[in-house]
Amino acid sequence: MARALAATLERARRVQAAEQVRTPAQLAWRQLRRHRMALAGGAVLVVLYFMAIFAEFLAPYTLDYADRERFFHPPILPKFVDARGISLRPFVHSTTLTDPGLRQYTQDPSRRYYVRFFVRGEPYRLFGLVPMSAHFLGVDEPGRIFFFGTDQSGRDQFSRILYGSRVSLTIGLLASAITIPLGLLYGGVSGYYAGRVDNILMRFSEIIIAFPEFYLLLTLSAVLPTSVGCTTRFYLITLILSFLGWAGFSRIIRGIVLSLKQQEYVLAAKAAGLDDLHVIARHILPQTSSFVIVVATLGIPSAILGESALSFFGFGVREPCSSWGNLLTAASNLPTLILSPWLLFPGVFIILAVVAFNLFGDGLRDALDPRHRTG
Amino acid sequence: MLRHIVRRLFHLIPMLLGITMISFLIIQLSPGDFLAEIRLNPIVSQQTVDQMRRNFGLDQPLHIQYLRWLWNAIRLDFGYSFAFQVPVIWLIGSRLMNSVILNLLAFVIAWAIAVPLGIYTAQRQYSLADNSLSFTGYVGISTPTFFSGLFLLFLAFKTGWFPIGGMTSIDYEFLPWWGRMLDVAHHLFLPVLVVGVFGFAGLMRQMRASLLEVLRQDYVRTARAKGLAERTVINKHAVRNALNPLITIFGFSLGGLLSGSAILENVMGWPGIGKLIVDATIQKDLYVVMASLVIGSLTLIGGNLVADVLLALSDPRIRYD
Repeated sequence: MARALAATLERARRVQAAEQVRTPAQLAWRQLRRHRMALAGGAVLVVLYFMAIFAEFLAPYTLDYADRERFFHPPILPKFVDARGISLRPFVHSTTLTDPGLRQYTQDPSRRYYVRFFVRGEPYRLFGLVPMSAHFLGVDEPGRIFFFGTDQSGRDQFSRILYGSRVSLTIGLLASAITIPLGLLYGGVSGYYAGRVDNILMRFSEIIIAFPEFYLLLTLSAVLPTSVGCTTRFYLITLILSFLGWAGFSRIIRGIVLSLKQQEYVLAAKAAGLDDLHVIARHILPQTSSFVIVVATLGIPSAILGESALSFFGFGVREPCSSWGNLLTAASNLPTLILSPWLLFPGVFIILAVVAFNLFGDGLRDALDPRHRTG
Repeated sequence: MLRHIVRRLFHLIPMLLGITMISFLIIQLSPGDFLAEIRLNPIVSQQTVDQMRRNFGLDQPLHIQYLRWLWNAIRLDFGYSFAFQVPVIWLIGSRLMNSVILNLLAFVIAWAIAVPLGIYTAQRQYSLADNSLSFTGYVGISTPTFFSGLFLLFLAFKTGWFPIGGMTSIDYEFLPWWGRMLDVAHHLFLPVLVVGVFGFAGLMRQMRASLLEVLRQDYVRTARAKGLAERTVINKHAVRNALNPLITIFGFSLGGLLSGSAILENVMGWPGIGKLIVDATIQKDLYVVMASLVIGSLTLIGGNLVADVLLALSDPRIRYD
C-alpha cells in the first residue's frame, strides 16, 4: 500500500518535472501547433514571402517588360487539351489582336507552345545583384504566358504582382521595425516617470490618435515630393505609416508600465542602484514582450492595408514601380474594369496576405497568453 | 460624473489647438498651392493672382495665417474653397449628411447582425458554424473597402441590379419625393453593404471573444450549477457582462460616423466628406482639407468622450473623481 502510494507520488513528481522543463517558447509553440487556422496563415505567409524574395526568378517576365501588341490581354493559362487532342505537357496557343476597341484576341491553334521550366527570357538581376536570364517557367516566342492577364501597356500582371509583393510585404515589416522601438521607448518613459512627463507625452500622442487615420495618411503623403525615385518614396511612405502607428501602441505600453513599476522586482532593481534607462529597458520592457510580438504581427496587416489604399489613390508607390494597391488603380476605371475584370487579381493577394497575418497573429496571441492555453 | 465630463471638455482645448496646428503645418508643408495652377492660366493676369493671394491672406507669415484661421474657425468660418468658390462650411455642410447617412445605416445593420451572431458563435465555439463565421469575419476585416467596392461595382454592371456609383440618377430632379427617396436608397445599397460588412466582421469577433471570456468566469459556473436554464445563464448572466467592452466600441464607432467610409466614398463616387478631402488634397484646396481634418478629428474625439461616459455609466467599478 505504502509502496504503491510512493510510486504514484514519484510518477506525479516526474510528470510535473517534465512539465516544468518546457520553456515558455516551447509551451507557446505547443499551443500554436493546435491552432490549425493560425498554422495555415503562417504557411501562406511563408509561401508569399518566398515568392517575394525570388520574384525576379519566379516571374515569367520582368517588371518593365511590355508587349504593346497585347494590352489588356485576358489571362492565358496552360492547357492540356485542344482540337488536336490531349497533351500531358501543358501548352499555350499564341494570340493576335483582332478587335482593338473591344480588346478581342483570337487564338492560333495551329501550333502549341509548351510550358518549359528554367527558360531563357528577359535579362534581370537576381536580388538586384546577380545578372541572370533564366526564368522559372515560360513559353517560346511568340507564345505568351500571362497567368493574370496584362494591363494597358501589355505588362504581365502576374510578374508585376510578384514584384509588387516586395513593396507590399516589406512595408509592414519596416513600419513595425520603426513603430515598436519608438512606441516602447515613448510609452516606457511616459509610464515610468508618470506625473508631468506622462501628461505632456500622452497629450501629444492623443493628438495623433485623434485624427481619422486615412485623412492623416492622405494629407501627409501629399506633402511628399513627387519628383523622388520609387525607393525614396517607398521609405517615405513607410515613415508616414510608422508615424501613424506608434501613438496608439505607446499608450498601451504606458498602461502596462504604470502597473509593472509597482512590482517588487522593479523596486529591487531601483534599490540596487540601476539608472532609470536600465530599469525601463532591462527590467520593465522585457515583460511586455509577448504583447509586443502580437502587436507587431497584427500591426503589419494594417500597414499593408494603409499602403495599398494610399497607392490605390496615387498617393503612395507610383508607376513605374508596382505594389498591390498601385496595380489595382488600373481597375478603378469602371469601363476598363468591365472589359478586363482580371485587373482585380492584385486585390486577391492583398486579402490573402492580410487574412494570413491576422490568423497567424491571433493564433500567436492565444499561444503566448497563458490564460488562453487549452491543456 | 458631470465634473469628469466638464474636465474632459477642458482637456479638449489644448488638444484642439494641437490638432489644428498640426493640420495647418502639414498643409503648409505640401509643395505647390492652388494659386500656382491659376497662375499658369494665360487669361488670369498677375494682378488678379496677387489680389487673390491677398484676399486669402496667403501673403502673410505662417503664424499670422494660422491665428487668422483659428479666430475665424471659432466663429465657424472655415474659409473659402478655392476650387468650388463657396465658403468651406457650406461645402462641408452639404457633404456631411451624405457621409452620416451612409455610415449610420451601415452602423445600425452591422450592430443588429454582429451582436446576435457573436453570441451564437461564442456558445458554439469551434463548431462548423463558428468556424465558418469566424473565417468570414477574418476575410471581412482583411478586405480593403476599395477592393470590395470595385468588385461590387463590377457585379452591379454585370447584373444591372444596382446603379454604378454616385448618389442620384440623372432623372433625380424630375422624380416625386418618394421616387427620390427610393432612388437614393437604391444608390445606398452597395456602399452600405461594404461599410456594413467591414464593421460587422470586427464587431462579431469582439462580441464572440468577450462572451467567451465571460463564460469562463466563476459566476457563470455558479449560475449553471444552481440549475438555471442555459438560456437564462447566457442572456441574463453572461451577455449583459460581455456587452461591456462593446459599449466602448459603440462610442468609438460613433466617432467614425463621418470618416469611416472615406475610402469607399471615393471608389463608389458617394459625395461625402471622404470624397471631398481626397479631391481637395489633389486640388490643393487648402481650407477644405484643413476643415475636413479638423471636423473629422472632432467627431472622433466626441466619440471617445461618449465611450468614456457610457462605460462609466454601465460599469459600477469605474468611478471618476
